[in-house]
Amino acid sequence: MGMPERIRQQRKTEEQAPREDTGDTAASDMTSRLRDDLDSLLDEIDGVLEENAEEFVRNYVQKGGQ
Amino acid sequence: MSVPKVCGIETEYGIVVRGLDMSPMTASALLVNAHSDEGLGLRAWDFSGEHPDRDDSLGWRPEADYPEVEMVMANAVLTNGARFYVDHAHPEVSTPECTGPRQVVVYDRAAEEIVRASMRRANARLGPGAEMVVHKNNSDGKGNSYGCHENYLVSRATPFARIVDHLTTHFVTRQVFTGAGKVGTENRRTGESDVPFQLSQRADFFEERVGLETTVRRPIINTRDEPHCDRDLWRRLHVIAGDANMSEFATWLKVGSTSIVLAMIEDDAFPDLVVADPVTEIRRVSHDCSLRHRVSLTNGAAMDALAIQRAIIEAARAWRGNVGSDPLSGETDAVLHLWESTIEKLAVDPSEVADIVDWVAKKRIIDAMAARHGLEPGHPRLRAIDLQYHDLDSERCLAKRVGLRRMVNDDEVHAAMSVPPTTTRAWFRGECIRRFGRSIVAANWDNIVFDTGDSSLQRVSMTDPLKGTESRVSRLLDSVSDASELLAALGPDIVEPIVHDDPGW
Repeated sequence: MGMPERIRQQRKTEEQAPREDTGDTAASDMTSRLRDDLDSLLDEIDGVLEENAEEFVRNYVQKGGQ
Repeated sequence: MSVPKVCGIETEYGIVVRGLDMSPMTASALLVNAHSDEGLGLRAWDFSGEHPDRDDSLGWRPEADYPEVEMVMANAVLTNGARFYVDHAHPEVSTPECTGPRQVVVYDRAAEEIVRASMRRANARLGPGAEMVVHKNNSDGKGNSYGCHENYLVSRATPFARIVDHLTTHFVTRQVFTGAGKVGTENRRTGESDVPFQLSQRADFFEERVGLETTVRRPIINTRDEPHCDRDLWRRLHVIAGDANMSEFATWLKVGSTSIVLAMIEDDAFPDLVVADPVTEIRRVSHDCSLRHRVSLTNGAAMDALAIQRAIIEAARAWRGNVGSDPLSGETDAVLHLWESTIEKLAVDPSEVADIVDWVAKKRIIDAMAARHGLEPGHPRLRAIDLQYHDLDSERCLAKRVGLRRMVNDDEVHAAMSVPPTTTRAWFRGECIRRFGRSIVAANWDNIVFDTGDSSLQRVSMTDPLKGTESRVSRLLDSVSDASELLAALGPDIVEPIVHDDPGW
């Protein structure tokens, strides 16, 4: 099973599970969502990082500014 | 007595064109002109107030009637009151003058969208095979840095030595929530292997405590003193010791906390905390992601950055209880609240503020990616993630994907790309350019030069940044149909003809 597929199934399970209202603040909901989504976020980043990203960063030189 | 905190941000962006051999100066000019070619601003900045060392050795020239306008490199004044121009080898946007940290966030984000839109237009011109890439960052990872400068008006009555001592303490320690994060170090005195990741993009580049330089031997406190307003009343504090933030809340906290600290310094309410060796400590605080490094103070004590920030916040709460008016346009209490909770969360578990603090958001994906692929510290792929966090291309930009909490909505940002802040003279500047742009030959922070076809040009002075606001001038602007009527209505106290010596012809 490919990684994205596994995550999709995992997400589906989460959506179906009854949501517990813990009364937590929106901020801590956000934090737990961030943790849950870390794996899919890494998939996303691996997807949008360009093929030649390493070469690009090696050649990335700027003139000093203020 | 603290004064209202008129403030703004100037950001130099990193720029490269791949697939084409183009100098960064040319690329920057292409970017800026991609905006002004759309008729979205006035392509003329008046340098006469900034370069008094004008060369008169060439004798009188017919064009000497004209203000000193930079014609070679792109330099535009926008209808939102901002300046979009080429500074050496970087495109730069200076936001218009704002009256509170939230307004600064809106106009900093609007600046980002202006650059993003210009990048798209520039890329359409470059055609296939070449691509312009623009980053909102402060370092290339190879020892070259470019700035994100904050500007705050402070009372001229405040002793500068007090500003230096106290503000430095904030700059050394505010990095815990203002840092944009960086893989590795560019400081020659530090071994690369010792610093896999640090809080700040910029901390490696400070070599002096106080000074005038901005490009070499950079000082933590910069002494540039061009207020662009009444210098007897105000000093414009030009802050170069900060990172460009991708997080809107980080920008808000950076500008908000610093505005509060400056107001406290004006009221002599800052705690007695002076950093003994700030040049070393700003780097050490940045290099320690555990946030445990203890900063040595001149009173002999040593405190970590979070403890110093707590002491500043505690003093700020006491100060707040004693001041009547709010120098932050009503935002002081909200800033204090988030500032305090951010410091408390950083003390317990930094991941709690991964939706607000850039370095935490960035470090989280760097660490996770290193673990996933078994990459050693400083691996080029991790550096690529660091760089791409700041990429302005909407698809590639990683900061857009990491779950940063939004503070302002897209509609507000879109409006601010063309409409100036209502609460400063930026309103008058921007509205004049929008309404009478064809009669304006140049503009600057504190004046606008009109050409209405008369024998001489007319300069309108704007020496008070808190005048020229929507409530003061919108009725006047609505009552006139052209620039001549406007100048007549403003009257001779404000409008001054630019008169040159009669050549005797």
